[in-house]
Amino acid sequence: MSVNLTLLTIMGALYACGIYLILERSLTRVLLGLMLLANATNLLILATGGYAGLAPIFDKNTPAGDYNDPLPQALILTSIVISFAVTAFMLGIIYRTWVLARQDEIQDDAEDRRVAETPSFDAEDDSVIPVETSEFPLAMFGSDGAGLMDTAVGSGSGTGSSASAVMSGDRVVRAEKAASEEQPGSLNVDTSKEGDGK
Amino acid sequence: MNIASLAPLAVVLPILGAALTFLLIRYPRAQRTVSIAVLTLTLLLECWLLASVWGGGTAAVNIGGWMPPWGIVLVVDQFSSLMLVVSSAVSLAVLIYATGQGMADGDRDAPVSIFHPTYLILVAGVSNAFLSGDLFNLYVGFEILLTASYVLITLGGTGPRIRAGVTYVVVSVVSSVLFLIAIAMIYGATGTINMADLAIKLGDLDQGTRTLLHVMLLVAFGIKAAVFPLSFWLPDSYPTAPAPVTAVFAGLLTKVGVYAMVRTETLLFPGDALNAPLMVAALLTMVVGILGALAQSDIKRLLSFTLVSHIGYMVFGLAMSSVAGLGAAVFYVVHHITIQTSLFLVTGLIERRSGSSSVDRVAGLAKLSPVLGVLFFIPAMNLAGIPPFSGFLGKLGLLQAGVQLGTPLAFALVIGGVLTSLLTLLAIARVWNRAFWRKPEDAEHPDPVLLAAPEDSATGDRAGKTNVTLLPRTMVGSTLGLVVFGVALTVFAGPLFKVADQSAQEMLDRSPYIQAVLGENAPVPPVPQAERPGQQGGGK
Repeated sequence: MSVNLTLLTIMGALYACGIYLILERSLTRVLLGLMLLANATNLLILATGGYAGLAPIFDKNTPAGDYNDPLPQALILTSIVISFAVTAFMLGIIYRTWVLARQDEIQDDAEDRRVAETPSFDAEDDSVIPVETSEFPLAMFGSDGAGLMDTAVGSGSGTGSSASAVMSGDRVVRAEKAASEEQPGSLNVDTSKEGDGK
Repeated sequence: MNIASLAPLAVVLPILGAALTFLLIRYPRAQRTVSIAVLTLTLLLECWLLASVWGGGTAAVNIGGWMPPWGIVLVVDQFSSLMLVVSSAVSLAVLIYATGQGMADGDRDAPVSIFHPTYLILVAGVSNAFLSGDLFNLYVGFEILLTASYVLITLGGTGPRIRAGVTYVVVSVVSSVLFLIAIAMIYGATGTINMADLAIKLGDLDQGTRTLLHVMLLVAFGIKAAVFPLSFWLPDSYPTAPAPVTAVFAGLLTKVGVYAMVRTETLLFPGDALNAPLMVAALLTMVVGILGALAQSDIKRLLSFTLVSHIGYMVFGLAMSSVAGLGAAVFYVVHHITIQTSLFLVTGLIERRSGSSSVDRVAGLAKLSPVLGVLFFIPAMNLAGIPPFSGFLGKLGLLQAGVQLGTPLAFALVIGGVLTSLLTLLAIARVWNRAFWRKPEDAEHPDPVLLAAPEDSATGDRAGKTNVTLLPRTMVGSTLGLVVFGVALTVFAGPLFKVADQSAQEMLDRSPYIQAVLGENAPVPPVPQAERPGQQGGGK
């Protein structure tokens, strides 16, 4: 089987441009990229049909090898129709994005951003619980969880002091003091809620 | 007359129904009747098909009278007909749910008139993909269902849905292009796209070409099935769609990808050439997916992550390429379609009842709506794999097959599977504790509808006249039907597991499929078993 080098080169160029374009944030460019990819694939399918040949209309005097392979062309026809539908739909979506957001760019997923920004401290799962339920020290500070950070923040203020400070809510606690708060039975554990509610 | 020759009706009926509902676009009531009737009819037909191949037997239908391998064939075997029945049953339940929602809300929120034709086309595409015995026809089936899903996921055209839809469409189109490239290359290498014919001819290719084609197909299907690391698009795009749409997508679309992977692994590229990479992908899918679920506070997103995670179990079963593993995977697919869909439907009800689907806002539902509690609890425990539910049985089958295989990688997957199951329980329990057991006052920003009535100290009842949003009976009824169907899978797990094992046996044997399509005398090439002894030697 032999193939047409020009078509193959064009196919390669179309794939390259198509992949470049779908990586853009602009929706119109993404659409153009998808169209190029679809057309490159059509050329690829065409290439699998082998040599150009006679139209596949049966004639008893023609040897079988002289015909062109009709199947790839049928496949291309189907895939053209499909990519046509997808292109039309994408255009509709792009127009809608323009109407809604007045911009031609992919919008961020707000919920995803929110989850990413959520501190690993969860007020409900991780906040102070009544003492009697656990014998283990709670490895965190503060009881409201607001503004709580996971990592100890080094002082780094250049005072030369070896002491580091830890953020806890809106106050800064010296590291030793913070560590002492982690001891069992420390005041950090809120006893007032014991036997409350439930 | 052979019953299997009615198989094309499973595709034709929904398409005709779509045309009819499109004509009836101004008559919502007639539209509802037609689409429900069409799907019921399809379901009955598919049950009949399943009955005809129950216990063994494969039948092929030549479309348009062209003989295979030139013409398109539809193949009915136990696996495909089982998938057809389950998918139609689930889509029928979701359709009833959606009509209930449409009737309750009117056409304001979602253009229900467009919903019916699109939905039926989606079902036709799914059926076509399950039945297809021709690689290009499989592609067309995929495209039918994808194009319908593009419309459904952006239904109503609101900002978030368009945003999610863009990601979904682009990712789907790219995966389709990959699939099409793979088809072109396969045609270039072998000169055929009939799957039975390919099963014979692909074996003659040299190792490198075969691996390339194999990987391309698996990547294309892996995107559709949401196998890690190709699963990034799913939790982003599914949750924004209307509840019934998310439910049917979660149940069916990824499973079509899994189905195509199963056919690739068993029929086209048998043997264990890529089993190790598949197992690693399965492990990562399970663990990464469920870790993602733990971070979410929105129930729909959480469920989308568990969906990704549990795809890992199916890939695990598939990657073992043993009868026990594949059989358990088939069982798991059936179980997971039902359970995941019912969970999404219940979440739709929760959102409706409490005004939000975020666990930060929903609270106290156990007292407000005990029915909802039961509807959520059963499939949730089923998903987490608590005995005696089908989720437990499916996972048990997979773990047993993994231990049977005995390679270090299989043991790693067994451990990963147990871990994922526990973490699923944790994620689900978090939803349960917050949305159902917590008092509304304890929630961060409870919806007013949950707070309106003070607790009645005598009975503990919170429901008052002001805070009851009635859940439409059709919606609750269809959800209940699906939950009962899920429980029935547990009750009839014995026969179901038997069918799953038989279909796994047939798929690994390959000769029933090939001979049904190409005739009794077709040669069935032996499965390459090159790496098997080495793997067993490496085991314990």
